[in-house]
Amino acid sequence: MIWASWADFFAMGGYAFYVWGSYVVTAVLMIAEVILVMRRHRATLARLARTVSAEQMRVEGE
Amino acid sequence: MNFLLSFSSPKTFYPLAGKLLPWFAGVAVLLIVLGLYLGFFVAPTDYKQGESYRIIFVHVAAAWMSMFIYVVMAGWSAAGMIWNTKLSDMMAGALAPTGALFSFIALWTGALWGKPTWGTYWIWDARLTSELILLFLYIGYIALRSAIDDPRRAARASALLAIVGVINIPIIYFSVRWWNTLHQGASVSPTMAPKMAETMLLAMFVMAVAFWVYTIAVVLARVRSEILERERNTAWVAELVLEKRK
Amino acid sequence: MGQLSLFGALRTVVARDITLAMRRRADVFTTLFFFIIAVTLFPLGVGPDPEMLRVIAPGVIWVAALLASMLALERLFSADYQDGTLEQLLLAPHPLSLLVLGKVLTHWLLTGVPLVLLSPLLGLQLGMDVPAIGLLMLTLLLGTPVLSLLGSVGAALTLGVRGGGVLVSLLVLPLYIPVLIFGAGAVEAQAVSVEFDAYLYLLGAFLAVSMFLAPLAASAALRISVE
Repeated sequence: MIWASWADFFAMGGYAFYVWGSYVVTAVLMIAEVILVMRRHRATLARLARTVSAEQMRVEGE
Repeated sequence: MNFLLSFSSPKTFYPLAGKLLPWFAGVAVLLIVLGLYLGFFVAPTDYKQGESYRIIFVHVAAAWMSMFIYVVMAGWSAAGMIWNTKLSDMMAGALAPTGALFSFIALWTGALWGKPTWGTYWIWDARLTSELILLFLYIGYIALRSAIDDPRRAARASALLAIVGVINIPIIYFSVRWWNTLHQGASVSPTMAPKMAETMLLAMFVMAVAFWVYTIAVVLARVRSEILERERNTAWVAELVLEKRK
Repeated sequence: MGQLSLFGALRTVVARDITLAMRRRADVFTTLFFFIIAVTLFPLGVGPDPEMLRVIAPGVIWVAALLASMLALERLFSADYQDGTLEQLLLAPHPLSLLVLGKVLTHWLLTGVPLVLLSPLLGLQLGMDVPAIGLLMLTLLLGTPVLSLLGSVGAALTLGVRGGGVLVSLLVLPLYIPVLIFGAGAVEAQAVSVEFDAYLYLLGAFLAVSMFLAPLAASAALRISVE
């Protein structure tokens, strides 16, 4: 282990702001991307389901 | 050959992508954990830059991916233009947001690395400036694609733009490097990377591969939404969508 | 009417475009006035110190020329697109790249050349000396055609698209950057008594390559936009 303690690890030799600022933003952005992609997929499925069943009901009604 | 070609239809690719997706996602997570472990608990402290150098593990990986994704995007664009395949168009479009994201991350982490290393958040060196221009190229691609309503014209126009862009990237990089050496002045162009111990190189490599696998996973997921949109008037999509509802 | 030779076709396109442009002479002048005003804004923004102005002059004039050239791009294809002439050009038996080259040539004659001719005035306004102004004119002479050529690709891609003007700038400005670097760089090198030949050769190379490749790309873009 390089770090004497967890406190040392979080302090990053005084560069905590820069190191964690980089990693946290990177993580947030990448996780946000994943969430957005998954949400888009679910929303697309839901929206198309509505359109398709509306179309089906219209056809049946004729 | 026919077996491979059959996967160029959106209908067969959709379920294939769905099956591959969890594997790529899982491997990406494992590699990220491994890379972070190597970067934070194995790689030693740098004698000159202290702990701040650890930013390179994401910075370099993101920068490499931003450039690699653009080339792959141009490749799919060319394939779409040559063979007129819809799926190639969709793959190109699905890559762009992730590429733009990585180039932003490269710039952000580069700025935060620059501050402790040479005092300013931004420096007009060749690599950061080229990265900024790459971000502009991505934004232009995404803007063009979304400004055109007809999906076929949008795909073909942005494909041409991507190909023109990929040809220009080396020219732009070369010009910016020249520009940087011309305006050297008092401040010497700082070399970003510290002397690399083997463990540092390994961590960087693992993170780069991790980001690559992550990209594949995200792009597979994104292209599935694209496929559903573009193929919404087909029977197989109608069936699938109603199945999912239950 | 007999079949036009390649050169005849080129000449026809150029002559037509010039005739049409002469009927709307104001367009040419608005580009020039933008150039002048844009350059004038810089001393107003950064202060009138003659030393500083002389140092930034090549870059400022080059950026203003670049922006002015880009603003004029809209006129390249849109009028023909709207009145149906563009579709006719696409159907013509002559290679589309050649016809596009003709249009770009006219565009440059009406936009780039006036910028080159006006640049000495602006150079004097910013305190440049005569040899520097001469070199600036040469770089603009070599560079503005490249700007028109690269710009034609952007203009062709965004034909009839909403937000077209701003979108073209977004697409085309990154591509302009190498031309800007070497154009302004040549003049800046000369100012510090550094060899500037290489810059001119590179600008010449850009011109030669883009004269061949840009019309091809623009033709492909036109087909995508019109069909």
